[in-house]
Amino acid sequence: MRITVDAERCIGAGMCALTAAEVFDQDPDDGHVLLLRAEPPAVHRAAAQMAAGVCPSGAITINGPESSGS
Amino acid sequence: MGESLNTVTTMPTARQAGCPFDPPAELIDAHRHAPISRYTFPGGKPGWLITGYDLVRAVLADSRFSSRKELMLHPTIDYGDFEVPAAPPGEFLLMDEPQHSRYRKPLMGKFTVRRMRLLTERVEQITADHLDAMEKAGPPADLVTAFARPVPAIVICELLGVPYQDRGSFQEQVDSFMNGETSDEDLMTAYAATQDYLAQLVAAKRANPTDDILSDLTDSDLNDEELQGIALLLLAAGLDTTANMLALGTFALLRNPEQLAALRAEPELADRAVEELLRYLSVAKTFMRTALEDVELGGRTIEAGSRVILSYNTANRDPERFTDPHVLDLRRQHGGHLAFGHGIHQCLGQQLARVEMRVAFPALVNRFPTLRLAVPAEEVDLRPETADIYGVKSLPVTWDA
Repeated sequence: MRITVDAERCIGAGMCALTAAEVFDQDPDDGHVLLLRAEPPAVHRAAAQMAAGVCPSGAITINGPESSGS
Repeated sequence: MGESLNTVTTMPTARQAGCPFDPPAELIDAHRHAPISRYTFPGGKPGWLITGYDLVRAVLADSRFSSRKELMLHPTIDYGDFEVPAAPPGEFLLMDEPQHSRYRKPLMGKFTVRRMRLLTERVEQITADHLDAMEKAGPPADLVTAFARPVPAIVICELLGVPYQDRGSFQEQVDSFMNGETSDEDLMTAYAATQDYLAQLVAAKRANPTDDILSDLTDSDLNDEELQGIALLLLAAGLDTTANMLALGTFALLRNPEQLAALRAEPELADRAVEELLRYLSVAKTFMRTALEDVELGGRTIEAGSRVILSYNTANRDPERFTDPHVLDLRRQHGGHLAFGHGIHQCLGQQLARVEMRVAFPALVNRFPTLRLAVPAEEVDLRPETADIYGVKSLPVTWDA
């Protein structure tokens, strides 16, 4: 799994940081998404997938296998 | 698609007797037929009513659907040839890009998950103070005036920098905009008074900045009129929505005693309980969009210029998305309800609302182990569906002292 984020699309709703705090945070100044782990370990992948799904602005893209694989 | 096209000619405006938490029965019926129906606006203009989760979410994420105020029609009132003015400066909920971002961007860093969680202790203190006062004065009590309104009012006023002594009158003004029952004349009076007040407040922050969001914003390139618009939007949104979630949510918990008992017994349930109450109650029930071009949706063509009513409360009860959607189940594990909307307008203050509810519901139910309605449930006075935000006008409760 490889994650990319588009801070320009981000609207600062915070759903990513709420859903997958190990993978995403928000910039304390402007609220934009911060990607903590572009290739999260297996234990955090399901949450990362969910975070991408609930992102209201479609700012998170996930490539590669969803929750298994390396 | 194969389904015949269903037409809804009047927006249902009453909930079924005895089912105050469920969307109006006619809306659920419309959804049972299809997730999208033809809708005839008062005055005869054709439009669409979307009741299904997937379609509501798709429209909210699609920039071909506009949020501009001047393109909207009222879902239940015929204003004839009256032309709706564009949203005033700062009211970014009713704007498209790039105007929307101009206002939202400077605010995004102020409502992050982390920043809102830092408020937890202060919210706990405000909550405890009001529970103390309620305990001392009662039983019985009106939960709305004793708890559900003042707690979020104090929190949002402190965040924005509304002085303590002004909170009471401001709270009343906001209530008169939102309760759905204020006469047009009184609405205009309340609106003018609020505008006057906010103009003075913005001027005061410019002259003497303090530690609050409004003062911070005077440092940006936004002018006074824009700051007033933003302040009004944030105060109204931050107060009325959470206040109604707290009161209606408490009512729902009291009507589902086994759920209430679970929340009391299992503190770790609180986060999920808040999400489930948001889904189940969907107090911000409907939003509007206008198609800027022809859009294919759910097997239909939404013609350019047509207005679309998005029903959040039926979308959040969509059986295609949620198992047993009409059941309040605080243990439900799901993400992605639409109670805060979706797309670029998704609620800016949602993380604040979560912190407030996360603190307030458990504190209330633990402080009053014998909390119950003081009147028969049928006698609880509900807000009409014509109000922008659904809720109760008052909630008489009692307990064993």
